[in-house]
Amino acid sequence: MIVEAGAFALVLAFALAVLQTGLAAAGRLRRSPVLAGAADGAALASAVAVALAFAALIQAFAVSDFSVANVAANSHTDKPMLYKVAAAWGSHEGSLLLWCLVLTGFGAALARARNLPFGLRTSAVAVQGLLGALFLAFAVFTSNPFERLDPVPFQGASLNPLLQDPALAFHPPFLYAGYVGFSVCFSLAVAALIEGRANAAFWPAWGRWVRPWALASWVLLTLGITLGAFWAYYELGWGGWWFWDPVENASFMPWLAGAALLHSSIVTERRGALAAWSTFLALLAFTFSMLGAFLVRSGVLTSVHAFAVDPERGMMLLAILGFAAGAAFALFAWRAPQLKGGGLFAPVSREGGLVLNNLFLTAAAATVLLGTLYPLILEAATGATISVGPPYFALTFTPLMAVALVVLPAGPFLAWKRADLRGVVQRLAVAFGLALLLAVAGWFAFEPRKILSALGIGLGAWLILGALAETAERIRLFRAPAGETLRRARGLPLAAWGMTLAHAGLGVFVLGAVVESGFRVEAARPLAVGESLQAGKWTVTLNDVRIVEGPNYLAEQGRLTVAVPGGATRQVVAERRFFPAGGQTTTEVGLDFRGLDDVYVVLGERGQTPAGQPGWSVRVWWNPWARLIFLGPAIMAAGGALSLLDRRLRLGAGARKAKAA
Amino acid sequence: MSAPSRVRGMVRTLLALLSLCVASAAWAQEPPPAPDRPLADARQEARAQALFDDIRCVVCQHEAIADSPAGIAADMRQLVREQIAAGRSDAQIRDDLVRRYGDFVLFSPPVRIGTWLLWFGPFVVLLAVAAALLAFARRRRPETAPLSAEEEARLAEILADRRDPDAKPSDD
Repeated sequence: MIVEAGAFALVLAFALAVLQTGLAAAGRLRRSPVLAGAADGAALASAVAVALAFAALIQAFAVSDFSVANVAANSHTDKPMLYKVAAAWGSHEGSLLLWCLVLTGFGAALARARNLPFGLRTSAVAVQGLLGALFLAFAVFTSNPFERLDPVPFQGASLNPLLQDPALAFHPPFLYAGYVGFSVCFSLAVAALIEGRANAAFWPAWGRWVRPWALASWVLLTLGITLGAFWAYYELGWGGWWFWDPVENASFMPWLAGAALLHSSIVTERRGALAAWSTFLALLAFTFSMLGAFLVRSGVLTSVHAFAVDPERGMMLLAILGFAAGAAFALFAWRAPQLKGGGLFAPVSREGGLVLNNLFLTAAAATVLLGTLYPLILEAATGATISVGPPYFALTFTPLMAVALVVLPAGPFLAWKRADLRGVVQRLAVAFGLALLLAVAGWFAFEPRKILSALGIGLGAWLILGALAETAERIRLFRAPAGETLRRARGLPLAAWGMTLAHAGLGVFVLGAVVESGFRVEAARPLAVGESLQAGKWTVTLNDVRIVEGPNYLAEQGRLTVAVPGGATRQVVAERRFFPAGGQTTTEVGLDFRGLDDVYVVLGERGQTPAGQPGWSVRVWWNPWARLIFLGPAIMAAGGALSLLDRRLRLGAGARKAKAA
Repeated sequence: MSAPSRVRGMVRTLLALLSLCVASAAWAQEPPPAPDRPLADARQEARAQALFDDIRCVVCQHEAIADSPAGIAADMRQLVREQIAAGRSDAQIRDDLVRRYGDFVLFSPPVRIGTWLLWFGPFVVLLAVAAALLAFARRRRPETAPLSAEEEARLAEILADRRDPDAKPSDD
């Protein structure tokens, strides 16, 4: 009964989204606040209907209702409750419903955004409704999660055990919230292209309106990607966290476009310039999200993360992508040349710096796009098969980003319109000198000595110190009396703190990524109980292996000791889990967190040691500074969130002022 | 815990153990991959490890042989180590693998006409966007044509009235 209600709610949501589009379009054409208000209501109702459908699906999973095909295919009665619930978004159908929930949820929020002018908001609500209608139609007609089974199976096939992990339970909601949040930027961009006259006052306001949505989506996407990378790190058991896998790339492209949009929209807001470019990026970010959905769900790519889905649904998604992006970019090509340019600026200026940022972020996104799609295109065109993996990105993406990061700390020091480069250099000299010293220190501190890694350490330090130098400058740290500094620090807008935090977080990430990839030490060999293995300075001893029973799996559980000269000796537990329901085996990595370093232990298959004793193959990694890889993006997300809070206050202040007037 | 549920628990444990045995038997039919035997020479082993990162496990989804638990990945690792021990260069080993499995086996695609766009595309995009921005900036320059004498006079008048709020250095 609840399942039927869910199925009904899903169809209703689709109908409401169509209604929303029609009402908003009519409301806009007739300039009727009544029709527009009805469209807002439909947007809210559509979101509520999808939420009800989603709740019904979760309920079906929670009670293991195997009469629902999707539950039978992805759940099992033995699973812990968290993974029963998480399985609701673990399959293609369920995750598409989550996608629709975020899409309509953001649509409802957009419909309630009272600060937008009537025309722009109504047009955006119409576009958002159309996007909702497209994806809900796809869900209803090709990927309905509520389809029943007859006869009802006695037991479910269970969720892929790799996905039965807390990080992965929470990774998709954040990822999708970010991915799909960009739909609002897309809708606002299309609406702006429809509405935007040669009106110079319009674009700064548009920049201000689009920025909170871009910021929120980018923060959520950052968290989603980081959770996913962390999951890959400790669940897949190969010691790495990013492999330039096509599906990883699919989530990274909207992130890069979103980061570019965050920066270009500042220029549009402050100076009215780059209006066409910001609109383009807003369209691009969600286009990349849709492209990602197509790549992941169509089966055209081989990836560890892809959903196994038939090509027919892939064609439908390609059609949605082609229609939405095609129409939007056609509109862009038509309207963009008519956009007024806005304020002028010298090449060396805050605007110039942000343009440079956009130049490199766009080139980086194009690199990821090329690397992801090229094997597909080449195979279709010539039949030749190639693989594009980490070595390609190390030679293309990394140098592009490295150049961008070297100039980054100067950006916030540049004045708007025209900046004094010599003054900027003087103010950053101390930070640069310190970063150089740290690069030299890095050269001596890590074995084997690597010049590129040392430079990378210097780069990470440069980003952190440069960001701090900018804040120190603003609050006149050590230059003014302490009271004056404190007063200035309190007066600094949250957005400024947010920027410092985000840029420093990027530096923290760079430090972690450089040191981990440059100096990680790996060792592997079969160990009998009582034997040890050496990885760098760490000694790992296999104490015992026993069989333990989990809720829905059986595991070989190895207990190992991690010892280091002059440090504490600690226990880690590494498991090899066997899931009878699906007949799959997964690894559960034993992680010993040592300050910034990880000692990463994987228990492999049972075999024989060279001496002929029974043993287990044990792989150990020493991943120096690995903590920073995940800490950095978390700091970046926190910076974005701080900036978002500031926006809200400012929007609120604006509204209050308007009321008083 | 009630008696029936305890019995059920035991049965479940037994069943699970049984299926573990069955699974082990299934593994036994397909011999487990030979354990990795690192090369004695540390420098040779480091070369092998570096190569492992570049070579794709040909039956896997998107994994290097360094990371894959698949049997064929272990075989390929063994092959690479043997060839290094036999004194062959990295380039020779790569060429051998490409002859056997095609370009697909390397994560760094070859640079040839068909992949020029892939390799040089990113830098072409960078230059193209930079050129477009420059062209855009140049096209807009006429808008800043020097002011006429009359305009200059008006500007001075306005500036005398109030300071241009945009002229001061920004605080953001």
